Amino acid sequence: MKRNLTCIICPRGCSLEVTIENGSATVTGNACPKGAQYGADECTHPTRTVTSTVRVANRTDVMVSVKTATPIPKDKMAQAMRQIRALRVDAPIAIGDVLAEDVCGAKLVATCPIQ
Amino acid sequence: MTEHEIVIIGGGPAGMAAAVAAYDRGVKDVVLLDREAAPGGILRQCIHNGFGLHKLGRELTGPEYADVYRRQVEERGIRVYSETMVTKLTPDRVVVAQNRSGVLRIQAKAVILAMGCRERSRGALNICGTRPAGVYSAGTAQKLMNCEGYLVGRRVVILGSGDIGLIMARRMSLEGAKVEAVCELMPYSGGLTRNIVQCLEDFGIPLYLNTTVAEIHGARRVEGVTVAQVDENRNIRPETGRYIPCDTLLLSVGLIPENELTRDAGIPMDPVTGGALVDEMRQTAVPGIFACGNVLQVHDLVDYVSDEAELAGQGAAAYVQGMRRESQPLQTAAGEGVRYVLPQRVHPDADGDVSLFLRVKAPYGRVRFTVRAGDEVLATAVRLRAAPGEMEKLTVKHDKLAQAAGEITVSLEELQ
Ligand SMILES: Cc1cc2nc3c(=O)[nH]c(=O)nc-3n(C[C@H](O)[C@H](O)[C@H](O)COP(=O)(O)OP(=O)(O)OC[C@H]3O[C@@H](n4cnc5c(N)ncnc54)[C@H](O)[C@@H]3O)c2cc1C
Ligand code: SF4
Repeated sequence: MKRNLTCIICPRGCSLEVTIENGSATVTGNACPKGAQYGADECTHPTRTVTSTVRVANRTDVMVSVKTATPIPKDKMAQAMRQIRALRVDAPIAIGDVLAEDVCGAKLVATCPIQ
Repeated sequence: MTEHEIVIIGGGPAGMAAAVAAYDRGVKDVVLLDREAAPGGILRQCIHNGFGLHKLGRELTGPEYADVYRRQVEERGIRVYSETMVTKLTPDRVVVAQNRSGVLRIQAKAVILAMGCRERSRGALNICGTRPAGVYSAGTAQKLMNCEGYLVGRRVVILGSGDIGLIMARRMSLEGAKVEAVCELMPYSGGLTRNIVQCLEDFGIPLYLNTTVAEIHGARRVEGVTVAQVDENRNIRPETGRYIPCDTLLLSVGLIPENELTRDAGIPMDPVTGGALVDEMRQTAVPGIFACGNVLQVHDLVDYVSDEAELAGQGAAAYVQGMRRESQPLQTAAGEGVRYVLPQRVHPDADGDVSLFLRVKAPYGRVRFTVRAGDEVLATAVRLRAAPGEMEKLTVKHDKLAQAAGEITVSLEELQ
């Protein structure tokens, strides 16, 4: 099986061609090794980092921005969002604070400080 | 009137990086003025990741990238005046600003402009129809959602496929809204390819090229829009009109450098970039006034903003320290296929290599860029593809530049 995709690791956006045979992927078109890794992963088990916001319970109209510390399976994004939306946290919060231990297999961390 | 060596207007990534660079070049009396409650500029609302891969070697979110620079500013004890709006700048570098404690008048030895840009509004666009609630600029919607936690709509059409529009398509989809379509007037998207993949394809959102919003419907709130295709002259073809029900229309139709202060100070501008005309250290045509970041040219990557700001910071520091370049600068010009080149003038005796930034006029496959001065080739570079949405950077070596004479032009040719 062949698939054409665009590498999204960096803004250069190389056009990749991935060939999958017997479960292993070969990638061409990548300008750097990261692209080969991305192409193979994208065709076998695609992942994404999810970024969103969480309401700060002890402040009025304040949101803290968050991300999954590591990428999660792409098809679990909606599930991750449901979990993130239900969450409430209290300030003060520092960048990197872990706000949830397990969101679809990743830690959820704060990406901005709240005094 | 108070006095400071360097005054920086705008505390986004450009202003902060310029402040740090000037300080590290030995000018310790640097102040940063910003109208918002905290420094960081537009990055405070850009909660998505994709910042800093080139500059810092890590992929960060906008607030994290801003925090890296905020710490550097803080560590150096650089004074930041927040909630301070600059209202006037004179050519002899008097900066007038206003905040809660009153009016500040500062005589600066050098000034760095880092005011960023603002979004083009609907008024500038002339769409037919009513003026109901539910029409937002994409950046305003982003701020409402990400900073205040307010979902602006449930069923959305986005006009404009620039990066802000694409990022908002994903953000609203993740929050449970249905994004019906992204319409783009041009035959190609103005956004980064990676954003088309991650923000549209991941969510099955259609991108309609050569298409615009012909009419907005609804009395109090948006009820729907008519989208239609355009011909090669970008005139609407009414027979292609199609109604899409929605409660929200987001406009992502471009950014305009925020240069009111610059113009009022009589600083000569480039009609193509919308920013000031500058040399390789980002000095404008008015001595001692520098510019960097989105106020100078609209950037798609914050990494380049920080690089550019470092040049401006170093240039301003050198100016304060009394350094002046005696050589006559060479003008730069956009040749075949190129929309603009920045800086617009380059000193042949510049310190080190000089990078030229440019945008192409249309999407191309494999291209070769050539930088020439007269008949002399100063640099060439081959790229696998080039697109108007992606800024190009070409470097001219110091020794080549030293021998150059006449106008420097950059052109491209398509390769097979
Ligand atoms: C929605 C969006 C998404 C983006 N996504 C990415 C991405 O994924 N990756 C990436 O690398 N880049 C991205 N960028 C680009 C990058 O964020 C910008 O190029 C960068 O933030 C510009 O920095 P700046 O400092 O020039 O301007 P700004 O960040 O706009 O800062 C300007 C500051 O000046 C202040 N100011 C203006 N006028 C005055 C005045 N008169 N007095 C006082 N203060 C004033 C403003 O309040 C503001 O704080 C994105 C940009 C946007 C808008
Ligand atoms: S292959 Fe490498 S250079 Fe090309 S887009 Fe991917 S990460 Fe960037």
